Amino acid sequence: MTIAPPPTTGAIDCDIHPSVPSIEALLPYMADHWRDTIVQRGVHNLETIAYPKNAPLTARPDWRPAKGLPAADVVTIQAQALDPFATSIAICNCLYGVQLLMSEDIAAAFANAVNQWMAAEFLDRDPRLRASIVIPTQNTEMAVAEIERWADDKRFVSVLMLVMDENPLGRRLYWPIYAAAARHGLPICVHAGSAYKHPVTSVGWPSYYTEDYAAQSPAFHNMVSSFICEGVFAKYPDLTVVLAESGFTWLPAHLWRLTKFWRGLRAEIPWVDRPPTEIARDHFRLTLQPVDAPPTVSDFERLMEHMGSDEMLLFSTDYPHHQFDGNAVLPEGLSPTLARKIMVDNPKNTYPRLQ
Amino acid sequence: MNIQVADRSTSASKGKVKQAIADCDIHPSPKSLEIEIYPYLSKRWRSYLESYGFIYRQGFPNGPAFPKGQPDAARRDAYPPNGGRPGSDLEFMREQHLDPNNVQLGILNPLKSGQGLQNSDFAEAYCRAVNEWQIAEWTSKESRLKASLMVPFEDAKASVAEIDHWAGNPHFVQVLLLSRTIEPLGQRRYWPIYEAACRANLPVAVHAFGYGGTPVTGGGWPSFYIEEMVGHAENTQSLLTSMVIEGVFERFPTLKVILVEAGFAWLPALKWRLDKLWHRMRDEIPHVTRPPSELIQEHVWLTTQPMEEPEPREHLLDTIEWIGWDKLLFATDYPHWDFDDPARALPLKLSKERRENFFLGNALDLYGLR
Amino acid sequence: MAKYVVSPAKDIPPGGRKLVEVRGRPIVIFNLDGEYFGMLNRCPHQGGSLCNGQLVGLVQSTEPGEYHFSRQDEIVRCPWHGWEFDIRTGHSMCEPDRIQATRYNVGIEAGAAVTEGPYVAETFGVTVEESYVVIEI
Repeated sequence: MTIAPPPTTGAIDCDIHPSVPSIEALLPYMADHWRDTIVQRGVHNLETIAYPKNAPLTARPDWRPAKGLPAADVVTIQAQALDPFATSIAICNCLYGVQLLMSEDIAAAFANAVNQWMAAEFLDRDPRLRASIVIPTQNTEMAVAEIERWADDKRFVSVLMLVMDENPLGRRLYWPIYAAAARHGLPICVHAGSAYKHPVTSVGWPSYYTEDYAAQSPAFHNMVSSFICEGVFAKYPDLTVVLAESGFTWLPAHLWRLTKFWRGLRAEIPWVDRPPTEIARDHFRLTLQPVDAPPTVSDFERLMEHMGSDEMLLFSTDYPHHQFDGNAVLPEGLSPTLARKIMVDNPKNTYPRLQ
Repeated sequence: MNIQVADRSTSASKGKVKQAIADCDIHPSPKSLEIEIYPYLSKRWRSYLESYGFIYRQGFPNGPAFPKGQPDAARRDAYPPNGGRPGSDLEFMREQHLDPNNVQLGILNPLKSGQGLQNSDFAEAYCRAVNEWQIAEWTSKESRLKASLMVPFEDAKASVAEIDHWAGNPHFVQVLLLSRTIEPLGQRRYWPIYEAACRANLPVAVHAFGYGGTPVTGGGWPSFYIEEMVGHAENTQSLLTSMVIEGVFERFPTLKVILVEAGFAWLPALKWRLDKLWHRMRDEIPHVTRPPSELIQEHVWLTTQPMEEPEPREHLLDTIEWIGWDKLLFATDYPHWDFDDPARALPLKLSKERRENFFLGNALDLYGLR
Repeated sequence: MAKYVVSPAKDIPPGGRKLVEVRGRPIVIFNLDGEYFGMLNRCPHQGGSLCNGQLVGLVQSTEPGEYHFSRQDEIVRCPWHGWEFDIRTGHSMCEPDRIQATRYNVGIEAGAAVTEGPYVAETFGVTVEESYVVIEI
């Protein structure tokens, strides 16, 4: 299929997903002990149930290779994700089951291996590519150490976390991570996904994958509440949090509710000294895909009014996930001005390292 | 703890609400367990209660893990002058709420009703007692009030027996569940409850709150009450998603579900998301034969409180249009602190017909009380 | 603007409050350590009776995890949704610049001055010996 480029050139794609093709691909980037452990104990490739390999959402049919995983090498990504969209920069968010591991030591080894692999296999091979630093959230000190290891490499432009970790992400145990990110001009990218330390819904495990994916949205609602209520942005006023693959049409209603309760419960969290709606507009950014859009253009335009800001959305394809067909990456109803902001200006203003 | 009680003399402005309303979420409490509930419990369960108390799937027996914003989560002016908990005095409820707010229909949703107790036998006995109590102390004394049929929902067999026992009794207008269940409400363990409710021609209401034991977010326990409070909307989205995707509405085509006290503005975005996922994942869920938005439109109603307050407030008109003006049921949550005042909660210009349906007509139609 | 005599001062002791009605408006008078303040008895949110609210202190914070408590009983919290208002200024604690309770100027006048007028005393007799709460509308 030929894909016509979107109306703006120089697009910055804030969410694409190279796949680790196999656990063997990471072995060269691991210390002897861990390499031996993986072989001796038969550790499996850390794909997760967040994206079952052959589920329709996991890869668009025209982006699926004859064998192996999609988006597993730089040539494929160039041909499918970069060139067709005239993308000037794309940010790689590697979704690999590092955060799910139970041992913080093995998690730290995998996080570091994934980052090395990302640098060698992708960043070194195409100047358009950038990446988020994968961190072992199981141990905050180790996570900070991993950020420090890569902080001087300007091709790493943000820090990756999953929306469902062992604790709500605003909690203070994670704050050294945010301090390090703010210090180095790295936004935190909170991506859909779970460490699966808890059921994905507040009423237990669902039956179907469809429900797991639907559950990402409530999890993002909770995460927004957590960052705001815990006062992360009061403590780190320069920190930006990018919600990736979160959808965005839910955000206005969530902020209405949070702001309403805050007016009466403010004294519980006195560091939140202005409306959550305003804090969200200053500190949260959301990637475009998936667009869980209302049925008509006019509804979409009204929804965009509810968003109350034209600075919050960041262009993304969510490649190789199947969120749209052909080149229909932009929802109908975006003005050319807004499209330009979403595709170029907003990403540049969000990621200090892209300026 | 001593609770400072406010003067009530000015709390009910007389006759201020012209539009008659249905209040689809009123919380009655017993004056005391000994006087009002014990008569409906056997000696065995009275003795059990005194020895072991109420044991839910949370650590504190005497109060919630997240301390509320106000004692008993109540309006400060709702403590009855003759003592007792807010919502425990019918005469005062009439004087403060039913009369001045022109309540034509009030739906009682008892919250400490035995639901969610770990001990299934005790939950069953206690739900029965609360059902008896609602009729004896409330609905037989005040014809504007209707009762909710409490069922020990984690035990479907006992729940079905309770529904069958009361089926056809005009005091009950709905079966009530709490939203924080052990498993998502679409799962098959709960299906017999839906089947029995349909058989009894009763809608199933799901009220926010409860103790399922699972963290209130998929990413663990938050720190603050405000997060838990806001999170009831997310929890309700999860249970509704489960009901849709598990095929509950396909299996029980006459089932009507009412989502109580979770707000409503979140529903449009959820419908859009589920429709998109349904298109993509049809091979996984072939039993869902129609778009989720259609199923929700046909089977689901929501009470309005706590009503979202966007700025400008007119954005709410878009939201209600996306939900459907016929799907919302007005509720105050009396006597709780996040009460919505019918005179002030929806400060928008509406046609007479819309206003009448929003505040009253939708509920009369749904409950078949027109 | 007219001045209304609404209550003998001794009826509202320090820490006390009293609901009065002036020209049809319900107004709650607070006494904070001998200073008197008047506020419309309707929360700007949904009209909750501020006269029925709890008096609380002011909770502020310079950073997350730090709680500074001051001004015990100088803030009134609406009995319905818990919105807090500074009794001295009428400003809400959540959005002080945007959300405010309606305030009225309240003063204390000696009985001698009050009996000479231009004051309006609607519902009770005034004596020279006492002092009175006077509200300006």
